[in-house]
Amino acid sequence: MTIAPDLQGRSYPAAEPYSVGRESVRDFARAVKATHPAHFDVAAAAALGHADLVAPPTFAIIVAQRADAQLIADPDAGIDFTRVVHADQRFIHHRPILAGDELVAELHVDHVRAMGGGAMITTRAEISTVDGAPVATSTSSILVRGEGQ
Amino acid sequence: MTVSVTTLEVGQSIGSTTVHVTRQDLVRYAGASGDFNPIHWNQSFAEGVGLPGVIAHGMFTMGAAVQLVTDWAGDPAAVVDYQTRFTKPVVVEDTTAEPGEPGAVVEVAGTVGAIDTDASTARIDLTVTAAGQKVLVKAQAVVRLP
Repeated sequence: MTIAPDLQGRSYPAAEPYSVGRESVRDFARAVKATHPAHFDVAAAAALGHADLVAPPTFAIIVAQRADAQLIADPDAGIDFTRVVHADQRFIHHRPILAGDELVAELHVDHVRAMGGGAMITTRAEISTVDGAPVATSTSSILVRGEGQ
Repeated sequence: MTVSVTTLEVGQSIGSTTVHVTRQDLVRYAGASGDFNPIHWNQSFAEGVGLPGVIAHGMFTMGAAVQLVTDWAGDPAAVVDYQTRFTKPVVVEDTTAEPGEPGAVVEVAGTVGAIDTDASTARIDLTVTAAGQKVLVKAQAVVRLP
């Protein structure tokens, strides 16, 4: 497979909303071995001024990777997912993600750089509520290894 | 919260922690995150794509490492910016025959890297190692503090 040369600058519109459930927040928190009560106990979250359970700082990856999946699954993009390595990741939180949120992500392909036979692709998922309020910006670089790399 | 930006000093330690990782942890993370790439749970698949064995999701390590910061800050919502580069994979050995034995041990330590009193934020620089190698590089979390 060959990375599409015009990939940089493409964007993929928001797909199905992701509903943040309390059990998803708790499951994700357990999965990253987080023990802070604000992830598990609504009263503990409320004591810190939050309307519901607070998602861990990397929870946004669920929504971001669903958006990335659109790009990786796009046959026109030319990305072989079995050769993808996660190179870097950044989350900027405009506000915390809370249980009860309905989130959507618009994906932007910000940068494509050829590396050997492969490419480094930087994507940005702008995560907002379904009403359009900004929640988080997730930036990921993936390395798509070329043949023989 | 007990931490205040006015009492911090650059270079100050916020503490350290040790994260034990098993194959079961990776299966749990796969389920919770929706990332079912078989390199994180299937030995033969991982070896087939040239890896030394099953490796942890980079996002598992990134997610587990930041707990040091959230617990120190007192509120997980205090983390307003968090980034890292993934440099070395965390290889997780199969210890299913030895319950309680970790398949990998990740060491996390944090120091105050920068303070912005106007924004009331502090940047925490994390050092994250496994098997003596840095697995995350430029792991930085910016926290908003009172």
